[in-house]
Amino acid sequence: MIPELGLFSLILAFFFAIIQGTLPLVGVWKNNATLSNFAVPAARAQFVFIALAFVCLGYSFYANDFSVLYVASNSNSHLPLVYRLAAVWGGHEGSMLLWVSILAVWTMAVTMFAKGLPTSFRIRLIAVMGLVSVGFLAFIIFTSNPFERLIPAAVDGRDLNPLLQDPGMVFHPPVLYMGYVGFSVAFAFAIAALLDGRLDITWARWTRPWTTVAWVFLTLGIAFGSEWAYYELGWGGWWFWDAVENASFMPWLVGTALIHSLAVTEKRDAFKVWTVLLSICAFSLSLLGTFLVRSGVLTSVHAFATDPGRGLFILVYLVVVIGGALLLFALRAPTVGLGERFDVVSRESMLLANNVVLAAAAGSVLLGTMYPLLMDALGAGKISVGPPYFDAVFVAIMVPGIFLMGLGPLAKWKKASLPEIGTRLRVAAVISVVSALLVPSVMGKLTLMAAVGVFLGIWVMSTSLILLVNRLKTRQTAVPNLIENLKGIPLAFYGMLLAHIGIGVFVLGVTLVKGYESEQDLRMEVNDVAHIGNLAFRFEGAKEVAGPNYLSSLGKFIVTSNSKEVAVLHPEKRFYPVQGAMMTEADIEPGVLEDIYVSLGEPLENGAWSVRIYIKPFVRWIWAGCILMALGGILALMDRRYRIVNKKETREAQEGFEA
Amino acid sequence: MKRTIKFLLPLVLFLIAVGFLFKGLFLDPREVPSPLVGKPAPSFQAPVLGEAGKTFNSDDMKGQVWLLNVWASWCAACREEHPVLMAMEKTGQIATYGLDYKDTDAEAQAVLKEHGNPYKVVATDADGKIGIDYGVYGVPETYVIDKTGVIRYKQIGPITEEILLTKIVPLLKELQR
Amino acid sequence: MKKLLILFLLVFNFLLSTSAAFAGEAKPLAEDPVLEARLKAMSHELRCLVCQNQTLADSNSPLAEDLRKEIRAQMRAGKSDQEVVDYLVARYGDFVRYRPPVNSNTALLWFGPFLLLLIGGFVLYRVLKKQAGSDDIQGEDG
Repeated sequence: MIPELGLFSLILAFFFAIIQGTLPLVGVWKNNATLSNFAVPAARAQFVFIALAFVCLGYSFYANDFSVLYVASNSNSHLPLVYRLAAVWGGHEGSMLLWVSILAVWTMAVTMFAKGLPTSFRIRLIAVMGLVSVGFLAFIIFTSNPFERLIPAAVDGRDLNPLLQDPGMVFHPPVLYMGYVGFSVAFAFAIAALLDGRLDITWARWTRPWTTVAWVFLTLGIAFGSEWAYYELGWGGWWFWDAVENASFMPWLVGTALIHSLAVTEKRDAFKVWTVLLSICAFSLSLLGTFLVRSGVLTSVHAFATDPGRGLFILVYLVVVIGGALLLFALRAPTVGLGERFDVVSRESMLLANNVVLAAAAGSVLLGTMYPLLMDALGAGKISVGPPYFDAVFVAIMVPGIFLMGLGPLAKWKKASLPEIGTRLRVAAVISVVSALLVPSVMGKLTLMAAVGVFLGIWVMSTSLILLVNRLKTRQTAVPNLIENLKGIPLAFYGMLLAHIGIGVFVLGVTLVKGYESEQDLRMEVNDVAHIGNLAFRFEGAKEVAGPNYLSSLGKFIVTSNSKEVAVLHPEKRFYPVQGAMMTEADIEPGVLEDIYVSLGEPLENGAWSVRIYIKPFVRWIWAGCILMALGGILALMDRRYRIVNKKETREAQEGFEA
Repeated sequence: MKRTIKFLLPLVLFLIAVGFLFKGLFLDPREVPSPLVGKPAPSFQAPVLGEAGKTFNSDDMKGQVWLLNVWASWCAACREEHPVLMAMEKTGQIATYGLDYKDTDAEAQAVLKEHGNPYKVVATDADGKIGIDYGVYGVPETYVIDKTGVIRYKQIGPITEEILLTKIVPLLKELQR
Repeated sequence: MKKLLILFLLVFNFLLSTSAAFAGEAKPLAEDPVLEARLKAMSHELRCLVCQNQTLADSNSPLAEDLRKEIRAQMRAGKSDQEVVDYLVARYGDFVRYRPPVNSNTALLWFGPFLLLLIGGFVLYRVLKKQAGSDDIQGEDG
């Protein structure tokens, strides 16, 4: 009964989404308050029923109901409870349900917290989100029903893919989806603004915090995923330029551009057309990513042959949603004004130059991801586009962009002078060049790549600090109190600094791990010792251990440095009998300066094993950088400005305010 | 008017992308066309299955059209195409030669005993080296080789009746003329 | 007695040395670590044909094993990296290369993003010019 209840809830949610997406739009158009007032209740009812469906599916997993096909395909009675629940989004149907659930969460948030908006705008906003939801709910109900029964029921399930049986599976997908589904709000804001004819400073100000929240989630989601791949796949990579990763990275790049162009629009009422286009693109790329991952055009084996309907369905949906949005854009954009004036060299122009770089970078990822398909469709043969391409092209495009990051924040709004910026940055330039020569030499050997990477990383960090010092200096002359002055600087400014420093930390991490990681494939007998740098690894053998749903060969390594114990590592080789799969579980001693990473290969004779040991210098800085970026976003969100502005506008709009 | 056209650009680009995506739905991203089609088949000598001491030499095949079917006893999809191969053999239209890929002789012979033997000769490729020369990446794979020893067609995955009738038989007729 | 002591020391010494040998230094898995490093660097740019989207270096599939074996043999025979890649491309096509070759078909792929950057920069400059207008603008701190 529970699965049927779940399906029934989904169908009800579908109807509420239709109501939410249609009647209020007609209401605003015809100036009919009764119809308009459907928006909020319908959106909330939709949320309640989607949540109910989600709970029903979760319960089916909890109760091991193998008469549900999706449960039988993705779970097993021996699977630990936490993974049974995470298995809800372990397959196609469930991850689509997660997608639409998170859309419902965002819609709910909009109905609760977007109260300062003019009524007609808010109604349109909610209606657009309803329309987005209608398509996805239809997709689930008609092509990907997670509640489909299996008759007769399976005795036991086929288990969750062992790769996914990991704490990463619990957090990564929901956070990631919060990010890229979150761009639906910016999208809906853009569409509502185009419909409303209200593309102005207030629109930018309203969109900005929502976009930032989504961006923070996406940043964290991608970072989680990267760290998960790093320890789970067993060969220590942290980014593979896989289509699935690119699908989340493209919206991130465009979202980052959007955050910056929103700043210009908010400040100068300018570049509104570009900003609105970016809002549409960020979410469109999220949807495109969903299509690429779900339709099987890029990755899976014959997915379309068994069910061409799914791919076709999403494609039609893409045409309606993105095509419709871009058509509306084409019709309305020509009427939008230019806004205030600013100089060719100014903070505004720097922010927009950043946009050009990020757009080209997103373009390179898109092109690299789609090119094999393009070639194949044109009958020009099959090619693969992989890490060597992205490492060359994407990085080459980002290098000037990151250099500009150092200049941009120092440029004055409206009109800046390059020589003046140059003078201010002399110290940073010296520090960066010296580090670029020094750090690689200390790490091992000086290479061009390492020097450029270290230069850029230190450049971004040092220019950010100089920016802070400059800001303090100008204040200091008025009131000579450091603490008061530090407090007086708006949080948004600190947010920007922190996010930029995050980029610097990230760039350093990437550069140093890429340039100076070491890898050893060894054959180790019991009690053998491997010496790598000043570390000694003693292998104490591997023993058989039974896990809840797997058998494990659990190795033990004692790592010492100058006879002092540094770490005891237990890498594992697990066998999951239900799927007959072997999994390598590396063990890692994380550190600020380096990670010690050990993974077991294959058992050899006499208890010996093939062992892979990596030393990964500064690899943590990659994720630390991402976390700093996200924290920067959070600080910006906490800025007083939004609260004050919101209150003022609330009064103007004569409505209550809750956030 | 010129302004409007400029703003239509994103839509146009998007629609072009949709065209490719639509086409992509009907393509298999994992089927890798062989660069060997249209090139001379790599020549090889290999032991003949079940006849100790005898060798199969691909150069001896010059002057006739033949099919090289790469298969193995451990390959489930090969059982799927086996009846098609048997039917083909019965018509006598074409000489099918087998290449037993990364297999043991005993197991391969057991399969042929149980399901029948559609091959004129089965050469063995125990270490998979001939397979690499032919660009084999998933068994079964089948090559159509013409009288001059040039590969004219490669089938990746099992030969179905449909593929046999629509692709292989017409090609054979053309080649045998 | 003295002889006994010497004998004891000898035995003890022997025991010590064997136990030291027992806690031996780990050996590289590969017979030829230099060649292996070359193989690794190269196979990171090659695609495993039967896997989802994995490099030849990371894959454990039997075909990947065979291909690595073949590459090792060719390297030992003195082939250059380029010759080995050509060997694989001749059999499996450009699909095996994660670094697509630069040719007329892939020109857009390799140069498109840079073209986009240039066009973007140019358009931005034009628009900024227009945005700036003709008269002077005063800068703002912030």
